[in-house]
Amino acid sequence: MIHKFKLSGFNILLDVNSGGVHIIDDLTYDLLDNVEPPFEKDCPQEVVNKLSKLYDPNDIKECYDEIVELYNEKILFSEDDYEKFAKYSVPSPVKAMCLHIAHDCNLRCKYCFASTGDFGVGRKLMTYETGKKAIDFLIEKSADRQNLELDFFGGEPLMNWEVVKQIVLYARKREKECGKKFRFTVTTNGLLLDDEKIDFINKEMSNVVLSIDGRKEVNDRMRVRVDGSGSYDKITENFRRLVEKRGDKEYYVRGTYTKYNLDFSEDVMHLYELGFDQISVEPVMADPKEPYAITESDLPRIFREYEILADKLQKVYEEGKFVNFFHFMIDLDQGPCAIKRLRGCGCGNEYVAITPDGDIYPCHQFVGIEKFKMGNLDNGTFDLDMKAYFAASHIYSKPECKKCWAKFYCSGGCNANNFLYEGDIHNAHKLSCEIQKKRLECSIMLKALRLADKAE
Amino acid sequence: MKHIKTINKANLKKTAEKGGCGKCQASCQSACKTSCTVANQKCEKDA
Repeated sequence: MIHKFKLSGFNILLDVNSGGVHIIDDLTYDLLDNVEPPFEKDCPQEVVNKLSKLYDPNDIKECYDEIVELYNEKILFSEDDYEKFAKYSVPSPVKAMCLHIAHDCNLRCKYCFASTGDFGVGRKLMTYETGKKAIDFLIEKSADRQNLELDFFGGEPLMNWEVVKQIVLYARKREKECGKKFRFTVTTNGLLLDDEKIDFINKEMSNVVLSIDGRKEVNDRMRVRVDGSGSYDKITENFRRLVEKRGDKEYYVRGTYTKYNLDFSEDVMHLYELGFDQISVEPVMADPKEPYAITESDLPRIFREYEILADKLQKVYEEGKFVNFFHFMIDLDQGPCAIKRLRGCGCGNEYVAITPDGDIYPCHQFVGIEKFKMGNLDNGTFDLDMKAYFAASHIYSKPECKKCWAKFYCSGGCNANNFLYEGDIHNAHKLSCEIQKKRLECSIMLKALRLADKAE
Repeated sequence: MKHIKTINKANLKKTAEKGGCGKCQASCQSACKTSCTVANQKCEKDA
């Protein structure tokens, strides 16, 4: 399978199964519409005749030979022979946990998928006792995995700050006893940040996700306080202080764009101009009936905006400056292995979410959907059948993914979005897919821009 | 080559042979939380 596209003056050809990325000229681009394996020794005469209106026949033959050479090297039209690995998609140790430390929030964001903080199951804070059980559960279920990830999530985690600290200290004690290594993350709206919290976060958390949507008017339209006032002024001040003191440790400012700001490249650049250089801004996921929801009719505008964003980021790079946009990050050589790419996020198998009541769900987005409740920490239940069901969810068990060129980059997408908007974890969420594919094309193009001079 | 320039190692197949160690991060934990992107993650096998 191949995929080719034109972007920013480049013709790019992706060989899906080898991961090979090639920059091609117009002739190759057109020739590939006319030839495919099995290849004959010479370019078929009818193809030469057809394309000779536009290209020199000798060039056409030479180009054909190059295509065949790459085919023989197995970096063009290479075989999809990964399905045999998918058959070994058995349940794995649990290595990551989303800990819902607070099902309550001090913001009332209008697009919140967690029903403004309580996930539709009532406002509640997690106790230290439940947090300890969650740590013990993760250690026990992690088997031989050494690196364990735990994200303090909400609602707003800082509303239960003392318990966050207690759980971190408990986990640090247990990791020494058990030979594990915890990597903590906290996802916060920033309203309650102060120096004490900032210092603790910067010391203990390997990543911190700071929620802000971009420009003041964009942020304050959706991210409002309980009294309806905006949050921008307070959080920008707090986030800048946190990042200033953080050194070179990882963080992301993370925003959501909606139908109200389809010019979201302005928001990405606004965040950059505020001094943030690790940025993630992504589309809202919402019921299509909501006025802010992104729908299929918005896609052409969104695609254009990603191209505009790619151009803006390229200008930053050309000035010799650094900015990292999460969804344009791609490593064409040293990325995750093919096995990882078959199964993606690992929700319900390697990754679970825990509610303040100790209920276990496949991930934070499934919380509150009763049929996906996997168990409870207090009564020791954990549904291994459901775990096996998620473990067996991979790109070859998803009909749309199997035939998609982007399958080794998104790995089957978000199971929760698939379920929520398409009715089954195996049904690809088409809106997400289209946006994902555009982001991938932009990220590959940005790489091509940097690597073109060195290419052979 | 005159018409085609390859810009990467195209080594996905090799990674299948020795892959699957599971040391890497869960994909949704870093900065998305509402989508799934895997290709932007790091392999941590030797980390």
